[in-house]
Amino acid sequence: MEAIFFLIIIGVVVAGGFLAAFIWAVRSGQYEDDYSPSVRILFDQKKPKKKKDEANSIQDNDTIDKKKEH
Amino acid sequence: MSGIRVEAPPPLKKFAFLDMPEISDKLLDFKEGNRSKVRLFIPAIHCASCIWLLEHLHTLHHGILYSSVNFPKKEVHISFQNDLISLRQLVELLASIHYVPEITLQDMEGSTSRKSDRKLLIKLGIAGFSFLNIMTYSLAEYVPGGDAIDPKLKQLFAILSFVLILPVVLYSANDYYLSAWKGLKHKIISIDLPITLGILALFVQSSWEVFSGTGIGYMDSLAGLLFFLLIGKWYQGKTYQALSFERDYRSYFPIAVTKVEQEEEVILPIRELRKGDTILIRNQELIPADALLTEGRANIDYSFVTGEAIPQSRHPGDLIFAGGRQVGSTIKLIIEKPVEQSYLTQLWNQSEQKSEKLSLDNLINQISQYFTAIVLIIAFTSFFYWIATDLRTAVYVFSSVLIIACPCALALTVPFTFGSTMRVFGKRGFYIKSTDVVEKIYRTTCLVFDKTGTLTLNRKMKTRFEGEPLTSSEQQLIRSLVQHSSHPLSTALYDTLPAIESLEVDQYEEIPGLGITAVIGTQRINIGSRLFVTGSETGEDAQESRVYIGFGNQMRGFFRFSNLYRANLKQVIDTLSHKYELHLISGDNDAERTRLETIFGPSAELHFNQSPTEKKQYIENLKKQGKQVLMIGDGLNDAGALRESDAGISIADDVFSFSPASDAILDAKQFAKLDKFICFTKQSFKVIRLSLLISFFYNVIGLSFAVSAKLSPLVAAILMPLSSVSVVAFATLTVTLLAQKKLNPELSTH
Repeated sequence: MEAIFFLIIIGVVVAGGFLAAFIWAVRSGQYEDDYSPSVRILFDQKKPKKKKDEANSIQDNDTIDKKKEH
Repeated sequence: MSGIRVEAPPPLKKFAFLDMPEISDKLLDFKEGNRSKVRLFIPAIHCASCIWLLEHLHTLHHGILYSSVNFPKKEVHISFQNDLISLRQLVELLASIHYVPEITLQDMEGSTSRKSDRKLLIKLGIAGFSFLNIMTYSLAEYVPGGDAIDPKLKQLFAILSFVLILPVVLYSANDYYLSAWKGLKHKIISIDLPITLGILALFVQSSWEVFSGTGIGYMDSLAGLLFFLLIGKWYQGKTYQALSFERDYRSYFPIAVTKVEQEEEVILPIRELRKGDTILIRNQELIPADALLTEGRANIDYSFVTGEAIPQSRHPGDLIFAGGRQVGSTIKLIIEKPVEQSYLTQLWNQSEQKSEKLSLDNLINQISQYFTAIVLIIAFTSFFYWIATDLRTAVYVFSSVLIIACPCALALTVPFTFGSTMRVFGKRGFYIKSTDVVEKIYRTTCLVFDKTGTLTLNRKMKTRFEGEPLTSSEQQLIRSLVQHSSHPLSTALYDTLPAIESLEVDQYEEIPGLGITAVIGTQRINIGSRLFVTGSETGEDAQESRVYIGFGNQMRGFFRFSNLYRANLKQVIDTLSHKYELHLISGDNDAERTRLETIFGPSAELHFNQSPTEKKQYIENLKKQGKQVLMIGDGLNDAGALRESDAGISIADDVFSFSPASDAILDAKQFAKLDKFICFTKQSFKVIRLSLLISFFYNVIGLSFAVSAKLSPLVAAILMPLSSVSVVAFATLTVTLLAQKKLNPELSTH
C-alpha cells in the first residue's frame, strides 16, 4: 500500500520534471527552428586557436568560391 | 549554359544609411556598451552550407562574436562588437559573400513576435501532461477487478486528478472560453460555444463526483479532449515562416535615400522626405515617392509594380511614380508627394480598411449554429423526461448529453483536412496563408486574372525580325554584342538567336535608355531604340517594344517583341472556364486582345487599360453582385485588387523575396497546376463532408448512451478519443492520397 503512494509521488515528480523541461525548451525558442540544429551538430568543434585561423580561412575561401559558382 | 551575366556590382553607398544612429539603433535588437545584437533577414539562405558559412562569420572578422541561423525564417542572429565592426560594415561583409540582407522600412517598425505560438505549445504541453497522468489514475478503474481498489486510494486518485485538471481547465482551455464569449457578444454561435459547454459540463460533473466521493469522474476524458483540440489548433496554425503574406509597400521601400542639400549629399530616412526635396537615385535603387525627373536619363524598371520586364525611359520634366527601379546612370529627382501620399502607397492605405472580422460564413460555424441548438433541445427534453422519475438522474442525463455531444471531432475536421491540404499544396509550390483561405478558394465562383507577369512570362519574350531576313553571320554579330548587356530585351534576343560562337567585341558602350554599341572586327553595330539607331524618332510605335539593328549608319531592320505566355496557359484556362466565370483585367493596352480572346473563349470578360484603382473597383463591383472573387495577380499594382478580393493569389518567381500582400503565393514554376490546385479544394471539401458524417455517427452513439442515463466514464473515455482519432486519421490520409492522385502530373487523368 505504502509503495503505491510512494510510486505516485515519484510519478508526478518525474512527469512534472519533464513538463518543466518542455516549457523551458519552448520558452528558449528550441521549437522555432527544427532544421539548423541537425546541421549544426555536424560542424567541427573549434580547434586550438593558432591553427584554427589558418585552417578555417582556407575552408572559408573554398566555400565562398563554391557559393559564387551557383 | 546559356547567357551567364555578371550582375551589376552593388552601388558603394547602398548601405550608407546604416551609419546613421537613428536608423541603426532601430534595427538593433540589443545594444549595451560595445556589444550589439542584430537579426537580419537573408532570403539567400537555402542549404546546410549556408548555415555553416553564416555561423562561422567570426572567422571572417574578429569583431563578430557569435552568429546563429534560424533556418525556417531565413534569419541570422549576429552579436558583434560595435567598436570593431559597424553595422554597415557587417552588412557589407555579408553582401560581399553573396548573402545580401534585406533591410526594408518594415524592419524599422519593430518585428512581430511569435509569442502566441509559444503559448499554444505550452498549453498543449500542460494538457498532455495532465491527460497522461490522469489516465494512469483512471485506467485502474476501467480494467476488470477495478472495483477491488482500496477506497482510500480511489479518493487519492480523484483528488490528484482534480488538482491536475485545474491548470488544463483554467489555462489551457481559456482560448475557447474567450472565443465563445466573443462570438456570443457578436450574436454568433461559433463552434467554440458547444465546446465550452462541454468542458464546463465535464468539469462540474466530475468535480461533484470527486467531492461527493462517488468516483473519479470524467477528468481523463476532459484532459484528453483538450489535448486533441489543442493539437488541432497547432496543426492548423503551422505556417510558412519565411514567407510573408502581409507585405505592404514598407517591405519594398528602402529605409533611406540620398538627398542633395546645397550641393552636398546627405542620407535621409525616407519618412523625413518632404515635397520639394531633391534626391539622387543610383543604378538599381528604388524610387521611394512620386517625383519629377530633373536630371539624367531615367530608365525605370516597373516589374515589381506592373510585372512588365522592359524598363521604360523617361526624360527630364516627366513625373515618375514611386515603386520603380532605376536601371542605368544616376538620376536626380524632386519629390512631388511624401512617401505615404504617393499613388501606390495611397492605394494600399485605402484597402487596409479590410480588417479581420469574426466570419460567420465558414462551414463549421454554420453547422455549429444548428448543432448547438439541437444538442440543447436534446439535453432539455431528456432532462424533463427523467425529472418525472428522479431529479438526480435528470441532472446527470442533462450533463451527460452536453459532455458526449462536445464537438471535438467536429472541431478537428476542418483543421486537419484543410491543414493537410495546405501541406500538400505547400510541397508542390502553392503556399496558403491559413486554413480559412482553402475554404474561400473552394467557395469561389469567379476568377479574375491580371495579364502582365501573371499570364505572361516575366523575363522571356517572343521575338520576330522585321526586314530582310538576317544572315547567319549577322545573327552572330548581334548575338555577340547583346551578350554583354543585362537589359531584359538584350537577354531575350540572346536567348532567341541561334547559338554560335561569340566574336570579340571592341569599344563596347551601353547608353541606358537608348541602346548598345560596339565594334566587331571592322563593323560598328548599334542596337537599341529607333532614335539611337537612325537618329530620328518618327515611326516608333508606342504600342509595342522594338529593338532596331544598325550596321554602321545603315538601319537593317528591327526586332518586334511580344509577350510569351506561360506554358500550359491554354490548358489551365480551358479547365477553369468550364467551372468558373473568368475575367481578365490588364493595365496594358489591348494589342493582345485577339490572342487572349482565343485563349479565354467567348464567355470571358476582358478589360484593358485598367489602373490599379480601377482594378480594385472592378473586384468591388463583382463582389456587390454577390460573387465570390478569386484574384490572381503579381505586381504591386494588383495589391489593391488582391486585398479586395475574397481570396488573392499572387504569383512570384521567387516566393521568398517578392510578392504583394495576398492570401496565397503561387510559385510561378507551378502555374501549370493552378487549375488542379483550385479544383482540389473541392475534393478537400468532400473529405470534410465525410469526416463530418463520421463524427455525427459517433455523436449519435454517444447521445443514445447519454439520454438513457447509461453514460459511464468508461464509455466517455473510449468514445471521445476514438471519434477524434478516427476523424483525424481519415482526414489526413484521404487528403494525402487524393493529392498524390490528383496533383501529381504523371498520374493525372486530364
